[in-house]
This record gives sequence, C-alpha cells and structure tokens, in this order.
Amino acid sequence: MRYVLLVILCIVFSCKNEPKQEEPLASVNNVEINEELVVVDFEGLKPYLNKTDGKTYVVNFWATWCAPCVKELPYFEQLNTNYKDKGVEVLLVSLDFPRKYESKLKPFIKDKNLKSRVIAFDDVDQNTWIPAINESWSGAIPATIIYNEEKRKFYEQSFNYEELNHELQQFIK
Amino acid sequence: MKTLKTLFALVAIFSLTAFTPISNGGGGYDIGDIATDFELQNIDGKMVSLADFKEAKGFIVIFTCNTCPYAVAYEDRIEALNKKYADQGYPVVAIMPNNTQVKPKDDLKFMMKRAQEKGFTFPYLIDKGQKIYPQYGATKTPHVYVLEKTDKGNVVQYIGAIDDNYKDANKVKEKYVEDAVDALMIGKEIRTTKTRAIGCSIKV
Repeated sequence: MRYVLLVILCIVFSCKNEPKQEEPLASVNNVEINEELVVVDFEGLKPYLNKTDGKTYVVNFWATWCAPCVKELPYFEQLNTNYKDKGVEVLLVSLDFPRKYESKLKPFIKDKNLKSRVIAFDDVDQNTWIPAINESWSGAIPATIIYNEEKRKFYEQSFNYEELNHELQQFIK
Repeated sequence: MKTLKTLFALVAIFSLTAFTPISNGGGGYDIGDIATDFELQNIDGKMVSLADFKEAKGFIVIFTCNTCPYAVAYEDRIEALNKKYADQGYPVVAIMPNNTQVKPKDDLKFMMKRAQEKGFTFPYLIDKGQKIYPQYGATKTPHVYVLEKTDKGNVVQYIGAIDDNYKDANKVKEKYVEDAVDALMIGKEIRTTKTRAIGCSIKV
C-alpha cells in the first residue's frame, strides 16, 4: 500500500514537474523577445539614418498611440515584403513613451506580427533632433525619410501604398 | 520624343518640389506676423474671441486636445501657465483643432468632461469647421503661439513647444513659453522664438 502511494506521489510530482519546466522556458523566451527592442537616443539613431551600404532605407517615425501612423503601417510592411530582396529596407522608429514599451509597444509588435525592423527612439531634446533630422519637420507624426547614398527625401504626411511605392520608385533603378 | 522626355523631367521635378513640405510656407504664421482673431465656441457654450479680453496684454494660444498623449502629458503644465500668467495679462486660450468625426473623443462634450476632471480655468475652444488652425499654421497638438497685443493687432512672438521635456515636468531645463512671456512683460528680446517638438498631427 505504501509503495502504491509512493508511486502515485511520484507520478503526481513528475507530472507537475513537466509544465513547471515549460513555464520558465516560456518566460525566458519572452524576455528574449523583449530584449530585442533596441532603444536609442539621437546619437544612437544617427547611424540608422546615414547608412551607406548601397541599400535604400525607408524610415518611418510612428507610435502606437498615433492613429494615422497605425493606419499606414501595413503599407510599410507591404513595401518591406515586396522590396526586401531588391535592396530596400524598412525601419520603423517608434516614438512611444518609454513607460509604454512593455504594456503597449512590445505587445503591438507581437500582435501585428511586424516583419520590418522596429527600434524605439527616446530622446527628450526634441528641439535639437527634429530640425537635425529635417529642417522642415514641424514635429508631427507620421513622418518618413527615404534615403540611399545618392538622395534623401523627407515627408511629413501619411501614405497609402500607391503613394509610398511611387516615392520609392524615385530611389530605385 | 525629346519634348516628351523634357515634359516628363519637368513633371518629375515639379512633383518633387510639390511634395516637399515647408513648415512656414503652408500659410502659417512666422514670428512678427499678425495673428487672426476668431470666434469659437467654448466648453460652456459661449463664443469666445481674443477681442473679449480687454485687459489682456497678450495671449498664450495653445492648440491641444483630449486624445493626444503629448497633449495629455502637458495638461497640468497648461493649467499652470494660465494660473501664473492670466492675472499678469497673458491668459491661456486653448483651441481643439481636430476633426471630431475622426476623433470622437475630442468633441465638445468630451472636452467639457476633461476640463471638469482637470479643473481647467482657461477657455477651451473648439475649432469647428477647422478654419482657424490652418491660418496659424498649427500642425500638431500641443502647438503653442504666444501673441503680444499691439496697436497693429496680436503679433506672433513665439511658436513651438511649452518646454523641453514632455516626459517629466521636473526635469525641464528650458521653459520656452514662460521665458517668452517673461521677456515680453519686461520688454526684453525673446531668446528662443521658435522650437520644435513631437506631437500628434491635427486630424482632418
């Protein structure tokens, strides 16, 4: 009888053990996903805006709280999918508030399954970096830069796919 | 054929320049311009104009709204500006510029609710028909215009952000609007007349 009890106890414990092992694994994975969010200040952002590797970069400034930004994101995703093999890379620069990274930005990236690269940009000195990024930028988002080694254009506007694609054509041969 | 090519080139150049946004070329004000007065509905239902403020020496006109996180981050600071400067002749006049069809939470009823919750003491007007903000050249919320009342009209003396730290009022190093109003009150030159800040684009 005692042996039976022991066996049962063993089974119960070993059963319990399995999901226990999975849980920490899953949360470790989450941590890894979370850690993937690169956060930069303006100094850290500069290299992303000045790459000279022959590619054309489409850099979109957005935030999860910005409705017109969220609306146009699928077009940037589409552009990324259609042109990633043609030397074009989309970079989504999030201006979400740092305290919302965990509660809003990261879940958003996951839920929408964003394929374009997302980085978070956190620098309070806006009066310095806004005109440095483009002299004509009033600070409203969405805003987009398309650039390559030869040319660069800045857009303080919303896009649909046709408009975005049309602009991109001026950069790729 | 050659003319066709030239035509294409011309069109290309034209479309390039046509899409280049110019911050002050869009009909907005620059420093020194005379700002238009208006007659806009306040949250209490009454119509408000700058001309109603007989005693005012100037105005802190702020395009703001309920729904933009940046505008929300500045609510308390906007109220503090009015508390500090209204009695000194520079009241805050807040204008909500968004299309409420696009942003229903910005309509008059929600403006009223938000003003009550936050205890706003300044007029919070709605730019119904969206005729005023384009004349000022506001592109986002919050977007501030400090005006000085003169014989010629209300002269734009400062355009831009409230201060240099949207995240934390305690870490502000430059209080742009306060510095501008302080300078105007003692007849000194404003050190920084234009600043940039991130904000939510005005919904059309």
